Amino acid sequence: MDSFQLLLDGFAGALTPVNLMYALIGVTLGTLVGVLPGIGPAMTVALLLPITFTVPPTSAFIMFAGIYYGGMYGGSTTSILLNTPGESSSMITALEGNKMARRGRAAQALATAAIGSFVAGTIATALLVVAAPAVVSFAISFGPEDYFALAILAFTAVSSVLSRSVVRGLASLGFGLVIGLIGIDQQTGQARLTLGLDQLLDGVDVVVVAVGLFALGEALYVASRLRHSLPEVVPVGRAWMGRTDWRRSWLPWLRGTAFGFPFGALPGGGAEIPTFLSYAAEKRLARGVAKEEFGKGAIEGVAGPEAANNASAAGTLVPLLTLGLPTSATAAILLAAFQQYGLQPGPQLFDHNPALVWGMIASLFIGNTMLLVLNLPLAPLWARVLRIPRPYLYAGIVLFAALGVYALNGSVVDLVALFLLGLLGYAMRRFGLPVAPAVIGLILGPMAEIQLRRALAIGAGDVTTLVRSPIAVILLLLALAALVAPLFRKLMTRRRTEPIVPASRED
Amino acid sequence: MRLRILAAVAALSVAAVSGCGAGSGSDGGGTGALRIMAPASPGGGWDQTSRTAEQALKSVDPKRKVEVFNVPGAGGTIGLAQLAGEKGNGNLLMTMGLVMVGAIEQNKSKVTLAQTTPIAKLTEEYEIIVVPAASPFKSVADLVAAWKADPKKVSISGGSAGGTDHIAAGLMAKAAGVDPKQVNYIAHSGGGEALNELLGNKVSAGISGVSEFAEHVKSGKLRALAVTSAQRLPDLDAPTLKEAGLNVELTNWRGFVAPGGLDEAAKKSLTDQVTKMHDSQVWKDAVAKNGWIDSFQTGQQFADYLNAEQTKVKAIIAELGVVS
Repeated sequence: MDSFQLLLDGFAGALTPVNLMYALIGVTLGTLVGVLPGIGPAMTVALLLPITFTVPPTSAFIMFAGIYYGGMYGGSTTSILLNTPGESSSMITALEGNKMARRGRAAQALATAAIGSFVAGTIATALLVVAAPAVVSFAISFGPEDYFALAILAFTAVSSVLSRSVVRGLASLGFGLVIGLIGIDQQTGQARLTLGLDQLLDGVDVVVVAVGLFALGEALYVASRLRHSLPEVVPVGRAWMGRTDWRRSWLPWLRGTAFGFPFGALPGGGAEIPTFLSYAAEKRLARGVAKEEFGKGAIEGVAGPEAANNASAAGTLVPLLTLGLPTSATAAILLAAFQQYGLQPGPQLFDHNPALVWGMIASLFIGNTMLLVLNLPLAPLWARVLRIPRPYLYAGIVLFAALGVYALNGSVVDLVALFLLGLLGYAMRRFGLPVAPAVIGLILGPMAEIQLRRALAIGAGDVTTLVRSPIAVILLLLALAALVAPLFRKLMTRRRTEPIVPASRED
Repeated sequence: MRLRILAAVAALSVAAVSGCGAGSGSDGGGTGALRIMAPASPGGGWDQTSRTAEQALKSVDPKRKVEVFNVPGAGGTIGLAQLAGEKGNGNLLMTMGLVMVGAIEQNKSKVTLAQTTPIAKLTEEYEIIVVPAASPFKSVADLVAAWKADPKKVSISGGSAGGTDHIAAGLMAKAAGVDPKQVNYIAHSGGGEALNELLGNKVSAGISGVSEFAEHVKSGKLRALAVTSAQRLPDLDAPTLKEAGLNVELTNWRGFVAPGGLDEAAKKSLTDQVTKMHDSQVWKDAVAKNGWIDSFQTGQQFADYLNAEQTKVKAIIAELGVVS
């Protein structure tokens, strides 16, 4: 009960009116930057770092935690409403979320995202309190061969989101893999596919690709359709989640949390992979109505990934606080913030600065609650964004996409890349290629490559190192199962033929 | 109507975000604002140094407008190219350091430090060589013996290829009589990721800045074999590489350069401002807090140091085989 007492003390320290104000500013700002494509929580916290010169640590961390959680949540809003994810971690949310919105269930999608984020954030923060040491020893036991196996598992698991046409899915994945090759090869320091442009030496940022393919591609596609047909009238629908929605959401929230938290704690995990896995798992587990609805707007496909990305944000704090190991861009900047206060996160932080650590953990609970309070009532209001005439809406998206991407590095080359990718995204939609696999390839490809090469280098070229760790073996077996299971099932139920679905855009 | 609210909110937030980063330089009179370029993303070492300098400069002269801006990319060479385009601008400084010297060689950058005006060296940090607690290596001699037997079997984890950590590994190999190209160096995007492999006992050894590993050496999870400084470091029980038998010294330093083509007056004005900043209490406090080592140097002294570092780095980068 010792840590419980410390947590209560933390609440006592964090629950001052001034700190609550900082929490409110944090979640509001976080939600906004999450909504804006390109601008993410990492950059926002980085730009606000100078406040550490003047503001006491507890207040600053309360605000930063609010921005982090808010950013994870905010990205889902545009994903759902406009099919334009603000962050790469909310890309998967767009798959089902946007379909739900088109069917007039935007408010429900937003609500399940908000409540799921809250549930996941709260559970994951509680796990941070009780399970941090166990999770951290699991996380550092992960070697390069395990990450490689993990990437393979993620590849096979997300093959289910590729599309009905395997060839188109693979073509899109190929785009992503090629874009992922651009830049300096980490292991050897050699430049690849940079066309002699210095600005491409660091590669093309995943944000640029996600925003280009999704947001810009979508805007161009909508623009190209405007003259052909009247825009489809999107019903706004009922405002709140019904009983069925709750029943269908709570398990995916919990499963999403279970994916997100450990992945956040993994130094190479990130917020994207657990969303892929959560989506794949929900799709596989879907039965009855849900199974019919997948691909046309199943609430499970929103609830799971949204819970996963928020849980991963809390997971990130485990290695950060206990080892001083930043596992995401935002965590790296939080580490810098700790150092600004002369604190070194690591094994000794909990002993030396209990007040600050527990104050910060308490602030995570506060921030999370604040986020729900702020966003749940807004869900039906946000849903009405869909009533804005399309030309204005998409013009705004193009503007903010360009602004966000330019703000990333202040580089014109990034802008050119954004517009080229936007054209590519438009062409892919026009010719029925799904967009998500490209971004998945971009995220997983470089990870699989670098970890494979690291594992082989450490093992001095011995291929058996890849299967020497039990974790790697388990993950590879799971990957194999994910590949074989559908074939097996198909053989078992041969007689059932798939109903022919009219060709529709898949994205 | 909803659109207008949405747009207003968005515009406001963008203004807030960008306002924090760039500051609005137009108001207030006097000479133009002093701008400090951090040629890296917010949050890293160069950014931190730049923003600390901003605070210290403002503490010396509260009326002076100082703003920090980031030009990230390619080890700072993108920022360097931009600085070169500001020839003769006496109100611009760029934070840089050893990593940039390496990146210029590695990326075969068209712009080099010859096109800048060296202003001052500010801080130093040393590298530390560690092994996992469970490692059989107890000393640098053990490591070198294993290295000589088969360099491929000794995996060394550290930051980016061609960066400070890699340079340290290369210099050590050379001093030990091992071909630097044969070093089995496992590159990571930063010391944090490398740390993970060390704590998990996946690699033979690790090299990074002292501050990255010090906590874990103190807690006993990692064992320090040596540091790259000339003298032993206080409160760290590890020999220098020279004591351990390898004639290597390496300092990860940071400093300021200004655009090329400055006249003597402009150069003197910048040097004076930076000197005053260095003497301020704010700067001294920040140096202590961040565990930096103060190594202030200006004028010809710094220019000579910079030249010597370029020669040293150029040779080792070529021997490591990381020139792209």
